[in-house]
Amino acid sequence: MTTSTGTAAPQAGARKGAAPTTPAGKAADYLDQRTSIGVAVKEFARKVFPDHWSFLLGEIALYSFIVLILTGIFLTMFFVPSMSLVTYHGEPASMNGVLMSDAFASTLNMSFEVRGGLLMRQIHHWAALIFLAAIVTHMMRVFFTGAFRKPREVNWLVGMLLMIMGLAAGFSGYSLPDDVLSGNGLRITDGVVKSIPLIGSYMSYFIFGGEFPGEHIIPRLFTVHILLVPGLILALVALHLFFVVLHKHTQYPGGGRTDTNVVGFPLFPVYVAKAGGFFFVVFGILALMGGTMAINNVWNYGPYDPSPVSAGAQPDWYMLFLEGSLRLMPGQTEFVIGGYTLSLNVLIPAVVIPGLLFTFLFAYPFLEAAVTKDKREHHVLDRPRNVPVRTGLGVAFLTAFIILALAGSNDLIATHFSLSINTITWVFRILLFVGPWFAFWVTKRICLGLQRKDRELVLHGHETGRIVRFAHGEYIEVHRPLDEQERWLRVNYQAHAPLEIEPATDSRGVRRKGYKKDKRLQRLSRFFYEDRIEPVTPAELAAAHSHGEHDALESTSHEQIEAGTAAVGGGRDLVEPEKGADER
Amino acid sequence: MSDYQNPRSPESSHREVGHREQHGSLDTFPDPGLPEHKSRQADRDPRAAKRAERQVATLFGISAIGTIVALVVYFVIPPDGTTAGVRLSTLALGLAIAFALLGIGFGAVHWAKVLMSDHEKVDERHPIESDPETRTAAIAELEAGVKDSGIARRGVLKGAVISALALFPLTIAVPLVGSVGGDWNVSKFKHTLWKRGTRLAIDPSGRPIKAADVTIGSVVHVIPEASQEEMQSHEWITEKAKAVVLLVRLDPRDLKSDQSPEGETWSYDGIVAFSKICTHVGCPVALYEQQTHHLLCPCHQSTFDVADSAKVVFGPAKRPLPQLPITVDDEGYLVAQSDFHEPIGPSFWERLK
Amino acid sequence: MKALAARRHHRLAPVVLLLLALLVTGGVYAAFAPTPANAETASTEDIETGKKLFQANCATCHGPNAEGSDTAPSLVGVGAASVDFQVSTGRMPMQMDGPQALQKPRQFDEEQTAQLAAYVASLGAGPAVPTDEQVDASLGDVANGAAIFRTNCAMCHNAVGAGGALSEGKFAPPLWDTSERNIYQAMLTGPQSMPVFNDATITPEEKRDVIAFLVDQREGSAGGLSLGSLGPVSEGLWAWIVGMGLLVGAAVWIGAKSS
Repeated sequence: MTTSTGTAAPQAGARKGAAPTTPAGKAADYLDQRTSIGVAVKEFARKVFPDHWSFLLGEIALYSFIVLILTGIFLTMFFVPSMSLVTYHGEPASMNGVLMSDAFASTLNMSFEVRGGLLMRQIHHWAALIFLAAIVTHMMRVFFTGAFRKPREVNWLVGMLLMIMGLAAGFSGYSLPDDVLSGNGLRITDGVVKSIPLIGSYMSYFIFGGEFPGEHIIPRLFTVHILLVPGLILALVALHLFFVVLHKHTQYPGGGRTDTNVVGFPLFPVYVAKAGGFFFVVFGILALMGGTMAINNVWNYGPYDPSPVSAGAQPDWYMLFLEGSLRLMPGQTEFVIGGYTLSLNVLIPAVVIPGLLFTFLFAYPFLEAAVTKDKREHHVLDRPRNVPVRTGLGVAFLTAFIILALAGSNDLIATHFSLSINTITWVFRILLFVGPWFAFWVTKRICLGLQRKDRELVLHGHETGRIVRFAHGEYIEVHRPLDEQERWLRVNYQAHAPLEIEPATDSRGVRRKGYKKDKRLQRLSRFFYEDRIEPVTPAELAAAHSHGEHDALESTSHEQIEAGTAAVGGGRDLVEPEKGADER
Repeated sequence: MSDYQNPRSPESSHREVGHREQHGSLDTFPDPGLPEHKSRQADRDPRAAKRAERQVATLFGISAIGTIVALVVYFVIPPDGTTAGVRLSTLALGLAIAFALLGIGFGAVHWAKVLMSDHEKVDERHPIESDPETRTAAIAELEAGVKDSGIARRGVLKGAVISALALFPLTIAVPLVGSVGGDWNVSKFKHTLWKRGTRLAIDPSGRPIKAADVTIGSVVHVIPEASQEEMQSHEWITEKAKAVVLLVRLDPRDLKSDQSPEGETWSYDGIVAFSKICTHVGCPVALYEQQTHHLLCPCHQSTFDVADSAKVVFGPAKRPLPQLPITVDDEGYLVAQSDFHEPIGPSFWERLK
Repeated sequence: MKALAARRHHRLAPVVLLLLALLVTGGVYAAFAPTPANAETASTEDIETGKKLFQANCATCHGPNAEGSDTAPSLVGVGAASVDFQVSTGRMPMQMDGPQALQKPRQFDEEQTAQLAAYVASLGAGPAVPTDEQVDASLGDVANGAAIFRTNCAMCHNAVGAGGALSEGKFAPPLWDTSERNIYQAMLTGPQSMPVFNDATITPEEKRDVIAFLVDQREGSAGGLSLGSLGPVSEGLWAWIVGMGLLVGAAVWIGAKSS
């Protein structure tokens, strides 16, 4: 009896086409019959990805994460996540016969007795520092080029979550050996948690299973560090990469590159070789660092005890911004209200400031979408100079972050530059507010200046340095006009204008609902886009040519050029050259 | 200008720029198209291509050698427990592994850059949103499903299922959270091991301290006296985290004030004892500057004046370090008069309650 | 003479004159400077010579009888150990008045230092210079020394003695090059901002253990380059400069068009 769909089930070779003969062909056929992998291969094998070195920054993060997992598996074979006390006998001499937790003892054993143990520990820790450095660098590249615009807002949020998970992984990881340095870090965390109103003391009990330090925190951090956080990171990375494939990668502006195509090289073989090779390069450099540069020598700090502390007590670099904000906050702002203690001197630096920084990052794509009301998909990246306020805000954010990180290292700055730590603290207190504002202003002005320079270049071409003297005595410098590609790069952008809103009252004089909100949005939009430089149009270029572009670059009347109204070339009366200066 | 109006036609908003760009106008320059392909030496000159091939093969060869060296090092140079020995083992293994990896990396990349085809390819992008037929079909399927379930007509069901689903996580969350917090007795923060008569002992050896042994200008790190067995337990470390004390002797003329209330003397002949746990966020405050008698916390630079009731003179701490009332017993050893009169360490909500 | 006179207005003339004046001053000083006394075992002579040295170099601040003044403390009772420490590290005579005495090249040799120490010790009983056995690192217990160092010293000097910051520009110096004797003497006498660790707080055996620990640290790190032993900040700096530098460099190379 035949089924309504036709003949018997498909078999090998039943479909049209010759049966496979080579081993590879047979294997592929076997797989395809069970997984329909042919669909995936067809779709992805020659998928085009754009080529630029700055697209590899995210890969540095991805590959260092893989290195973390590989070296981490090695470490889990030897690390004992227990706070039970043991007397350690072994190297180094400074730790021999000392009472310490099993976690610390197993770390020492791994470093001094296990072959390759210290190497794996060091590669692991360097990889962690690079993982977060690459995330931050990649995030700033995405920010400055506007790759977070539609349709990639969700992917931006996924990336932000990855960054936070990275911070959690790093913090839980370096606390595992239970040494004095990371233990004091845990103590500081406990102090911050305790300062939270209403629930702080209970949160402290929740985290430590009782009073600090108790005997539960290391095993709990171990679970967080090898199960919960890596699981979340793997899931989020999969989502992150899925979006990159779905949306296709963005591309820098250039000839032939539009919002409706993607120009680049195929996945197989070019990116398999380049990106695959880069994995080995990243791993190799991390192995080089792990083999030559000492990191986190916990035996120098000693097993955790609440009494000792070392000068230069800082967390890993990615937590320094928190450390710095804790150091900078003046202490007077603790209040007792109705018998209850509110420690703003701890809450503001440890909760409010990071909250502000992260909120800025999380919300930014939506903020920009609101002030431009831009609903287009964007796949061609912005040149940072063409978005001066965004670039300025990004630099201001980085300035604040760096100032906080430097403030967290103030005692090392004091010893290395023979300065007073108190003076440094005061300088950073002021710089934290003045610095980002100043950085914003300088960056915005630089961007606008670069845009003006681009306009000049398009209108007047490159200076060749050749001076030509006419018979009538005039000297001119010959300019070489830009070729098509150079020009396209400098004119292919959109200078957003501030939002236009409907008037406050309608035609009959009745107040419009929602006007106040619109007005606020318009004010914000003005902050972003009031100062702007429009790209050169063919009409302007023609006007520039007709007025003689053989003069040297003029520095007046740029407002007229920008408005595109007045005659270009500085408004100077120019005589048409008789023989025609050779400009091309 | 929503994308919905003409999602597929060339005039739709998200394609506008592309369309204009191809054709140019007075307003915008035309797109010049892909830049001309520049050939590479290896494309033009077969000898250069052969040379590049040799370079790639050499790099892969270096990697293979690196792997072999790494294996040899692993067996031949074990860590021998000394600092120099561990350093050598780590360095040798690390370098060999680095070569093994970098050889492959540089080889693969060099191959791609120099030998693989570098002609750019162009793929089309499609709008991310699904096309209108798919959308209407999807909505139709959902509506059919809702109709089949009957939930639209049965409001009670909707409310009931939502309530049940919202409640059930409590069955997991409450035991998880509840059991993780130990005995939840946060009032323990307010008490330490110090009692009337507890001797002050040197940290970490545990030797008791005679007042006469403390010279002016010295600082002693102090724990409550306890036996060696007591000191080898977890509970000890947790209690020590509240009980550590810093003992300082000043010239009595330099001691401006301390926290002793009216009628009581908490210091002894210029010897004062303060909690070592910083009132900011809990690091041990241990940097004592003999000449200025300032106590500096290395974590966030809170500075306390030991000669003036340990009040804060700089930094993010607000409250002075709590003072431990001390005196001497009949053998001359320093002892505590009582526990601290306020909770030590960082502030918490119920601190003064 | 004429040649010289003709050039008296040369623009380099003042420089030459200055050099000449310096040479003359230096030469006269070298000729007339007091020669150090020959080493003799008699201690009364040491004390006498020490007193002369003291009066010439220290009395301006510490008073003619070492009784102290507004700018310097009394040295009665500080003992030979204090003097040996301060003078052998060059801290004294102090370059500039202030709470931080900077280490500088020592001004007095071993013999003169011993004479100064003998004189000050004669003014009042105080800590003596330790014997060689008391500071012999090979006799100390490194593990116990580490434990004592962690509790009493690491907060100022850093976990392995790389130095650290104090308030208002003061600092605790690195201990890499400090002699064993000076480590002992510093603990015992509490120089400048450093607290006093008398023999009851840290016993002589424990002091020797600390010395053994510090000497052991000079072998360097088992993990490779120590990067200053300054902890996560220097590690982060190296991660960015060396690590990200190499990696971004590699990325630029990968993305660049090949010729």
